Amino acid sequence: MVIVEAKDLTYTYPNAEKPALDDVSFEIQKGEFVILTGPSGCGKTSLCRCLNGLIPHFYQGELKGKIVVNGLNVVDHPIHELAMCVGLVFQNPENQLFALSVEKDVAFGLENLGIPRKEMRERVNWAMETAGIMDLAERAPHELSGGQQQRVAIASIMAMNPEILVLDEPTSFLDPVGAKKIFGVISKLNESLDVTVILIEHRLDLVARYANHVVVMDAGKIILDGEPREVLNSEKTRMLGVGIPKVTRLFQLLEEQKALHSKKVPIMAEEMGELVRGALKA
Amino acid sequence: MIEIKDLWFTYPNGVEALRNISLEIRKGEFVAIMGQNGAGKTTLIKHFNGLLKPSKGAVLVDGVNTESVSVAKLARKVGFIFQNPDNQLFCETVEDEIAFALKNFGFKEAPLKRRVTWALNLLGLMEYRKASPFMLSGGERKRVALASVLAWDPQVVVMDEPTIGQDYSQKEKLRQFIIQLNTQGKTVVVVTHDVEFVSECNPRVILMSGGRIVADGIGKDVLTDVELLTQASVVLPQVTEIFMGIKDLEFPLDVIDLYEAKELLLKRLGGK
Ligand SMILES: Nc1ncnc2c1ncn2[C@@H]1O[C@H](COP(=O)(O)OP(=O)(O)OP(=O)(O)O)[C@@H](O)[C@H]1O
Ligand SMILES: Nc1ncnc2c1ncn2[C@@H]1O[C@H](COP(=O)(O)OP(=O)(O)O)[C@@H](O)[C@H]1O
Ligand SMILES: [Mg+2]
Ligand SMILES: [Mg+2]
Repeated sequence: MVIVEAKDLTYTYPNAEKPALDDVSFEIQKGEFVILTGPSGCGKTSLCRCLNGLIPHFYQGELKGKIVVNGLNVVDHPIHELAMCVGLVFQNPENQLFALSVEKDVAFGLENLGIPRKEMRERVNWAMETAGIMDLAERAPHELSGGQQQRVAIASIMAMNPEILVLDEPTSFLDPVGAKKIFGVISKLNESLDVTVILIEHRLDLVARYANHVVVMDAGKIILDGEPREVLNSEKTRMLGVGIPKVTRLFQLLEEQKALHSKKVPIMAEEMGELVRGALKA
Repeated sequence: MIEIKDLWFTYPNGVEALRNISLEIRKGEFVAIMGQNGAGKTTLIKHFNGLLKPSKGAVLVDGVNTESVSVAKLARKVGFIFQNPDNQLFCETVEDEIAFALKNFGFKEAPLKRRVTWALNLLGLMEYRKASPFMLSGGERKRVALASVLAWDPQVVVMDEPTIGQDYSQKEKLRQFIIQLNTQGKTVVVVTHDVEFVSECNPRVILMSGGRIVADGIGKDVLTDVELLTQASVVLPQVTEIFMGIKDLEFPLDVIDLYEAKELLLKRLGGK
């Protein structure tokens, strides 16, 4: 089932010279784990803003074409309505936090949904536990480290239990072990609850393993859209300056030298290890 | 260049963020500080330019105690790029943003213009010079913050998470630029969670956890020590992870560089 559909979508910020999104069309199926990547400034964040209605309702500017999320045409539905099904974790965590304590920040969105107290308690605790911030519950968000703030931002969206989870470089401030844990949890939500995940990320070494759909953008346009291994192994992707996993690059270098072959292009360290083992045995 | 003796620091809310840190950073060094969220990395580097003053212990920059000079004076020597660029940007255009500090430091019109142009080009921001920093993407804003500091050519450059929001080719440019700074005798300190970036740069690596330094050494040693990394919530570089997963095949386990890995594998696998 198609859960997000964009058709000939073009968007220009007020007073901007060129469009941030330039004739973009794509489809996302329910339950997919999509990675959206591309050079800095190519329009990834702008595309996310279209998914929860920040564009065009907050940013204004000129929107042409169609964007439909969960059956709702974004242009015709206000942000708060779209927020019921789309949870967006912003690129900059500080912009997302405003309450007096971490716990209140995480509970904020739920209070607005009118969820019973007991369930709210459970969801807030689960989200804080998941994001690793139980011990920070009473702290003031603006007195936290960058990574701690980002964890709070993630927890507040997780608590809402959205059907579509949009994450804009959600772990850029997180320590590597923390990032890995968060991606693990998101992947589990995706697999067990069929939550659709749209993840913007530059560090593909960390996340390629979770995706079943990769979209590459450049200068407001979609350049590649398809199966992760195919997209990541494409010459086009690398030439755009996208950081493909080291494993994939290593495989390409060895393949060029005819030292290693495989139909299935490796994207994880384990896969590369097994390829090397197999080749040495043969 | 930077000398830290028995430094302790406690925030007004009672959080003990640094516990007995001693550290020396020499002129021309390139140091990466990594570790757990809340480990005290940002707190530590804010002592390098006097933004924070020790609760106990001392911080000397170029032989001068940071308690005895103003932040403004130190800034000329120690350029600081914040974790969140929004804390640093406030001018109406990118150009003004870069010119701002230069004006404060008393640069004359002509050299000021030259430096602004140089910095804009360096960070690929020429086309945005008339744009408002607030209308730029996250990665672009980060580069504006970088440009505005590099423009006044400080002796020490301290960057908190410079790779956030940057794509691979931007990171590669940053890496080459840091090397260039080093060869000019400049000292560079980077706080980062980006293991792959660090493995490519191969600087001196310091790991922090719970307000303390838990490791300090070359990348090849620190980034391949699973026990130390775990303690500091850091993971192995992906290249190292490959070899760790096939230990029985007896490849070296201290490889962090992609091209070194390629040569090792070619030797064993043959090929053309
Ligand atoms: N302004 C502040 N007021 C009070 N406590 C603070 C403040 N800033 C940070 N802290 C606390 O001090 C400790 C160290 O924070 P610091 O910002 O130095 O961590 P960090 O290593 O830079 O983490 P990150 O990787 O998340 O950026 C943390 O426990 C944090 O919550
Ligand atoms: N609020 C805004 N107003 C005007 N232009 C913007 C705004 N936000 C982003 N842009 C511009 O739109 C383009 C795409 O930005 P963005 O979607 O944030 O890129 P990405 O997330 O891929 O780095 C960039 O050229 C950027 O400068
Ligand atoms: Mg962005
Ligand atoms: Mg920090």
